[in-house]
Amino acid sequence: MSFRSILGAVAGVTALALSAGSAGAQEKLKIGFIYVGPVGDYGWSHQHDIGRKAVEKAFGDKVETTYVESVPEADSERAIEQLARTGHKLIFTTSFGFMEPTLKVAKKYPNVKFEHATGFKRAPNLSTYAAKFHEGRYIIGQIAAKMSKSGTIGYVGAFPIPEVVSGINSYFLGAQSVNPNIKIKVVWANSWYDPAKEADAAKALLDQGVDIIAQHTDSPAPLQAAEARGKFGFGQASDMEQFAPKAQLTAIVDNWSDYYIARTKAVLDGTWKSEDTWGGLAAHMVVMAPYKNMPDDVKKMAEETEAAIKSGKLNPFKCPVLKQDGSQVECKGDGALSDEQILSMNFYVKGIDDKLPQ
Amino acid sequence: MTMFEAILLTIVTASTPLLIAAIGELVTERSGVLNLGVEGMLAMGAACSFAAAVTFDSTFLGVAAGMLAGVAMAAVFALAVLGFAANQVGSGLALTILGLGLSGLIGAPFVGARRNPVEPISIPGLSDIPLIGRLFFEQDLFVYASMLLTVAVALYLSKTRSGLTLRSIGENHTSAHGLGLPVLRMRLLAILFGGACSGLAGAYLSLVYTRFWSSGMTAGRGWIALALVVFAAWRPGWVLVGAYIFGAATVLQLHAQAAQFGVPSQLLSAVPYLATILALLLLSIRHGRAIGAPGSLGSPFVPDR
Repeated sequence: MSFRSILGAVAGVTALALSAGSAGAQEKLKIGFIYVGPVGDYGWSHQHDIGRKAVEKAFGDKVETTYVESVPEADSERAIEQLARTGHKLIFTTSFGFMEPTLKVAKKYPNVKFEHATGFKRAPNLSTYAAKFHEGRYIIGQIAAKMSKSGTIGYVGAFPIPEVVSGINSYFLGAQSVNPNIKIKVVWANSWYDPAKEADAAKALLDQGVDIIAQHTDSPAPLQAAEARGKFGFGQASDMEQFAPKAQLTAIVDNWSDYYIARTKAVLDGTWKSEDTWGGLAAHMVVMAPYKNMPDDVKKMAEETEAAIKSGKLNPFKCPVLKQDGSQVECKGDGALSDEQILSMNFYVKGIDDKLPQ
Repeated sequence: MTMFEAILLTIVTASTPLLIAAIGELVTERSGVLNLGVEGMLAMGAACSFAAAVTFDSTFLGVAAGMLAGVAMAAVFALAVLGFAANQVGSGLALTILGLGLSGLIGAPFVGARRNPVEPISIPGLSDIPLIGRLFFEQDLFVYASMLLTVAVALYLSKTRSGLTLRSIGENHTSAHGLGLPVLRMRLLAILFGGACSGLAGAYLSLVYTRFWSSGMTAGRGWIALALVVFAAWRPGWVLVGAYIFGAATVLQLHAQAAQFGVPSQLLSAVPYLATILALLLLSIRHGRAIGAPGSLGSPFVPDR
């Protein structure tokens, strides 16, 4: 989308001009953030910005933060390098598509520390981090199966990539664990963010007999479509209760604040090392919004599952995991699929009666 | 409500904003001005209408604010391309960028606010007709307005003196000027009309379609409206057909996915575009007449030249 790139470039230049203007205090640690969307998206980028604000609050005048929003992935190198050049010593790049540009800039600026979200390429001064959202999806799968009257639950997906596919599988395995006969229908919006189309996708599911909607797209539209029909759904990335107070059962909330504070502290203390962090409910990187609009027994079940996942007693992808054709997936982890296997998942589990678009 | 009815109703919702925005742009282009700022005007219409509707708790004021925002954006564009004879493509793109940015700013305090649905108006008697009754006679005001708008624009362009003037200005502004026709004034009105339509379409998006505002929610619909005008060969009736085919294909491909036919979703997602192009191509072949853009489309007019 070239027009968005122009927009992003304008936004980038403006933000950089602002940041350059405020360079003055020498002692402060300057931290930069690159967002793929607008901070007002009420989803992914919004949650990262909440993390940035938490860092400012935690460290006061010891730090100074700058963010550049709506940076197109193809044009991100310039924005990242600009931050590195203007004295930012810790830079968070918060979209998968920023991986190569971040790596390139990291090599050029060995004294700057970089943190890239959801990627897998690291360097001595480049860490990676992500969150195990699929843990939350197992819980909402259980809730969905309990709450569904029709026995068919729905899922609005963005793109058939491993991150989304593993979420669908985890959701379905959770649902299956309370109702072995549960059915699922998946509709791909082929967009991360198109509220009207996401709403249409949810309506199509509802029209075809689905009564619980889960989503892996970024707007509250599917949840709201469920509310308009008197059905239920789940919030995505942030607590979307205000958009659908009667329909939101819970939400899988991204919480980057603790991680950003920890990493900032590491830089200030001089203990920062290049690492790979993939935390879930236990690490508090994934947080469940309050369980609402459901009977007490369902709520209790959800809380128990949440506690079990946190304590490590329960793993959504515990072995054996069966593929659609019934064949068993090789168990490379400790009694469950390995992180590597989950991060590259490209198959549906047994019971999902649909073909995964490849 | 049967599933068939439900699908048809969703199709109407998906098609209406495209139709309204495209009809507005059609009038602008027929006067010889290419306004690529539809997406920006749409975003402004969506943001301002939602902000006003929430602030005053009135759908009517919301719609009025949305249309006004569209007109205001169009006025900025008109100042550039008519007042200063600036490049229309550049000005239009700038308008889109301005609109997307400004709408984010105006809408920011209203992210997360909620509005109740706009109630459909049912026409007594007619809405009881099986199958098509609810489809045609129990819709919200926007849908009726979009239909009336299409008919009115078609009649205006083909049957009225003023419509003829507008078309001649679009075909050849130098000759039209030589004949004493008010080139700039007609173009100004056409641009403002296009802005009002885009604003209305934006209001429909945020007040009826999704019922919330968030930055970038127009998601490229302005560009689709622009493309529809071209593929419909600048004819109001064909714009209507194109908008509905696009809306229908969009909704039906989602249903096809939910029904698990096993066709790759990426392919299904392309269907709306392919179907619309194909249908409008067939229409133009059957029509058998050479179809071209208005002769002066996109070129600036300076009276003394």
